[in-house]
Amino acid sequence: MRNGYDANRWARANDWDDRALRLDKFAADDPENGFSAFNGAADPKPGLKISSGKVSTMDGVAAEDFDLIDAFIATYHIDPEIAGEAMAIPSEQLARMLVDMNVPRVELTRLARGLTPAKLAETVAQLNAMEIAFAYSKMRARQTPGNQAHVTNAKDDPLQLAADAAFAVALGFDEIETTMRVARNSWSNALACCVGSVVGRAGTLFQCSSEEAEELEIGMAGFTSYAETVSVYGTESAFIDGDDTPWSKAWLAAAYASRGIKMRCTSGAAAELLMGFHESKSLLYLEARCLCLQRGMGSQGTQNGGIDGAPLAASMPGGVREIMAENLIAVWLDLECASGNDARHSESDMRVAAKVLPYLIGGSDLICSGFGSILKYDNSFNPSSFNGEELEEFLVLQRDFEADGGLTSVEDARALDLRRRAIDALSHVLKDLGLAEATEVMKRSVAVASGSNETDTFATRDVGLISNKISADGVTVLDVIRSLHRGGFRAEAENLLFLVKLRVSGDYLQTSAVVRDGCVISAINDPNDYSGPGTGYRLSEARRKELAAIRDVLDRDEVLRAEAASEMGEAKAIRYQTMGTADLGTERKEIVVGVSPGFGSKIFRTLASHRLSAVLRALQAGIERGGGTLRLVRFWHTADTSFLGLSAARLSGSGLGIGLQSKGTAVIHQKDRLPHNNLELFSNAPITTLEHYENMGFNATVYSRGKLPEPVVVPTNGEALGARFHARVALIYAIETAMTQDDATAETLQIMFLGDN
Amino acid sequence: MPHNAPNKRLTAKDYPIAENRPEEVTGSRGKPLASLTMEAVLSGEVSMEDLRITPRALEQQAQISKSVGRSTLAGNFERAAEMTRLSQEEIMAIYELLRPGRAASNDSLLDVAQRLRDEQDAPLLADFIEEAARFYEKRGLFRKRY
Repeated sequence: MRNGYDANRWARANDWDDRALRLDKFAADDPENGFSAFNGAADPKPGLKISSGKVSTMDGVAAEDFDLIDAFIATYHIDPEIAGEAMAIPSEQLARMLVDMNVPRVELTRLARGLTPAKLAETVAQLNAMEIAFAYSKMRARQTPGNQAHVTNAKDDPLQLAADAAFAVALGFDEIETTMRVARNSWSNALACCVGSVVGRAGTLFQCSSEEAEELEIGMAGFTSYAETVSVYGTESAFIDGDDTPWSKAWLAAAYASRGIKMRCTSGAAAELLMGFHESKSLLYLEARCLCLQRGMGSQGTQNGGIDGAPLAASMPGGVREIMAENLIAVWLDLECASGNDARHSESDMRVAAKVLPYLIGGSDLICSGFGSILKYDNSFNPSSFNGEELEEFLVLQRDFEADGGLTSVEDARALDLRRRAIDALSHVLKDLGLAEATEVMKRSVAVASGSNETDTFATRDVGLISNKISADGVTVLDVIRSLHRGGFRAEAENLLFLVKLRVSGDYLQTSAVVRDGCVISAINDPNDYSGPGTGYRLSEARRKELAAIRDVLDRDEVLRAEAASEMGEAKAIRYQTMGTADLGTERKEIVVGVSPGFGSKIFRTLASHRLSAVLRALQAGIERGGGTLRLVRFWHTADTSFLGLSAARLSGSGLGIGLQSKGTAVIHQKDRLPHNNLELFSNAPITTLEHYENMGFNATVYSRGKLPEPVVVPTNGEALGARFHARVALIYAIETAMTQDDATAETLQIMFLGDN
Repeated sequence: MPHNAPNKRLTAKDYPIAENRPEEVTGSRGKPLASLTMEAVLSGEVSMEDLRITPRALEQQAQISKSVGRSTLAGNFERAAEMTRLSQEEIMAIYELLRPGRAASNDSLLDVAQRLRDEQDAPLLADFIEEAARFYEKRGLFRKRY
C-alpha cells in the first residue's frame, strides 16, 4: 500500500474491507443462469384458458406439455369457478387492491384461487418493499403474531435440549423445532425437547426435523405435534432430485393430518438454483409455483421466504425484496406463513436487523421459522438471523417499535429455575424408563452453561444408545406422561397430556393454528381483520408492558440509589461549607467554579465515575498551576452548564468562570460573552478525564490573562455516548432542575479536602 | 358418504370443536375427550389409539375449512380421513412407491389404487394415486434412479 499522493486506493476502502459485511458475497444479475430475483429470462407471461371446466393452457404452456408441477397446480390449485373473473383483473389493479385497506383480505384470498403463478408473481413484483410489507401485514392469516425457535446443540445433549426447550417456552415461542447432529439421535432429541417444552406452561408445539418416515413415526409415538419438512420445489427436475413429486408430498401432507399432526410445507427462493435446475426462471416465479402447489396440496401453511436459499437470494439485486414478495404470495394464497428470517443471510448484523424489521412491525404467523434460541455454534440448522447471542436485541426491537414479535423477557433467576426443573424432569424420565442416568455433575454443568462448549455431559455415543433404546422399547408419550407423574412432575405431566389431546379434535390442523393460554387460535377464530388504523392486531396495555419490561431499566429511584452508594465515600473525601451569599469577586487571579444545585449533595460522581471531589481537586490543581485561585460557588437558579459558566464568570474577579454540572459536563466562560458562546465546552462528560479537568482549570487562567491557550480536546472513539448515558443524564438533570429556584442567590462554598484522594 | 357421517355440517362457528362441540370429539376407540384424564392415563385405560384422530373429526375439520373457503385444505383432510384406516407401514410403503422411479411401471400404482378402493374404503386416495400414475407415465417417472 502506497501512502503517497499517487496512491491508487483511498484508505477508507481498507476500513470497509474490515467490516463483517465484506464477508458477504454479492452476485450480478444473470437471468439466463438463474440469477434474477424478479425477471427470469424464461419467465412466462400470465395466461389461463379453461375448456369444459379444465385448464387447457396455463402461463403459456398447453395442458399436453404440462410438467408435474403445472399439472398439479392446474388440477388442484386453479379454481375454474373463479379463474375467469380473477385472471381478467389487470395485475396493476390487483397490486393496488393488495395495498388498499378498503379491499378486505377475504376478497383477495378468494381471487387468489383463480390466479396462475405467473399472474401472482407479476402482481406482487409491482409493489415496492414498503407496499409489500404493508400488504403482508394486511394479508397474513392469523391476527395474533407468533414466533418459532430452534432448540438444538452441538452434542445432541438431551439435558441441554430439555433446559433450552424450557427457556424457549418461557420466552413465548409458539413452536420449537429440533434437529440432530447425528441422525440416529432423533428419538433422544425428541424425548428431551418434548419434556423440556412442557415445563412452565402447556401448548408449545414441537417438531423434530428428521428423515420423512422417521419423523412421522416419532409423531405417531406422540412426542411431536407438528412437522414442516415437507419441502417442495418450483421446477420438476429439482423436485425429482429432491426425491419426491407433488403427489408423494401431498400424500405425506395427508399422512400427517391422518395422525392428527399439524403440518406445513417448506419452500424458498433459490432452492432450485442451489440444486442446479432453475430453467432460467426468476426466484419469484419459481416460488409462486411452489406456493400454488402447496395450496393445491391442501397444506395449511408454508415455511417460506428464502429459508436455506436466503443467503443466495440476498446475494442478488432485489433479493431481499423478492423474499418479502414470495411471503406475500404465501399469505395471499391464504397459507399460514412461517416467514423465514431463519438461515442467517448475512454476516452483517445491520442487514439481518433490516431484513427482520418489516416482519416484526407488520407481524407474521411465525416471524422466524427458526429463531436460534441457542448460541450460534449450537444451532444444528446453521446460525439463524437471530440466535441466543442476539436475543436481547430482538427483545429491544420489540420494545422500540412496540411491535409484538411473540417474545417476552425472562428474568435470570426464573430462567435458571426453569432450566433446573427441565433437567430434573428429563433426568427422572431417563432413569425411570431405564434409558440412562444423568449424574449431578452433568446436571449442574448443563443448568448454568450458555452453550454446549461449557457442559460436562453425555457423550454423543451415549445419546445414540439412549435414542436406540427409546425406539427399540417402543416408548410412547403415554409412558413419558406416566413417568413424569410418578416422579412428582405433575404439572409437566398434565401439560404433556394437554398437548397430545390436541390431536384428537384436530383443531390445530386448521390454518395458522397455535396454542395461547390453553386455547387453540387460528385463522378461523382469530382471523386477521385489518382494515385500517385501529383494526387488526393491536397491543393490549398488558402486552405493551410485557414488551417494555426488558432487563436493567433505569428509573429515578435507581439513579438516586446509585448516588447514595457513593455518598459515604465522598463524605470521607471532601467537606463543603456554605459561606453565605456569593458576592462579586475583587481578586484578579480568582477563577470562579460554578456548580449546579445537587452538586455534592444529591449527586456525587460524574458520568465518567469520577468523584466530584476528585474533579474539584483537578480543577484546583490546574488553576493553581496557572497562578490562579479557585472560588467555588453553588448556583440555585440554574442547572444548565452554559448559564452556570456565565454566572460564574460574572461573579469572578478575573471575569473567567468554569461551569460544572454534577454529571461532569463543564464549560469555560467569560463574563462579556453570550450564554452559549463559551470559550471551551466539555460536553462529553463520560470520557472526560481528571487530566482534562486539570487542563481546563489551567486554560481558564490563561484566558484570564488575555492569552489564547491550546484548547483542551477530549478525544472520542466514536462511542454512541447518547445511547450509553442519556437516560441517566436526563434523570440526573431532572433531579437537579427540580432543585432550582428562580432568582435564588448563589452561595460561596468553602471546600476542605480530606485524606489524600 | 363416509362412515359416521355427521348429522349436521360444522362451520367456523363450531370451531374449535374441542371447546365448542366437545361432545362431538372422541378418540379412535370411541372414548370421549372428557374421559382422557390423567387418572385414566395413569391407570392404563388410555392407549395411544385413544389419542388418535378419527375420520369423523377430520371430516368435520374439512367442513369447517370449506365454510371459510379453504376447499383444498378440506381436500387434504378428506384424504387424511381415509388414510386413518391405513397402517403406518401401508402409508409409508405407498409414499415410497409414489417417489420418483420407485414404481417400475403404472401397474404397481394402479394395483395400490384398486386395493385402496376395494379393501380400504378409500376412494379419494385411489383416485389420487390413479391420477399420479397417469402423470408419472406421461412424464417418464418410471425410470430407475438408483
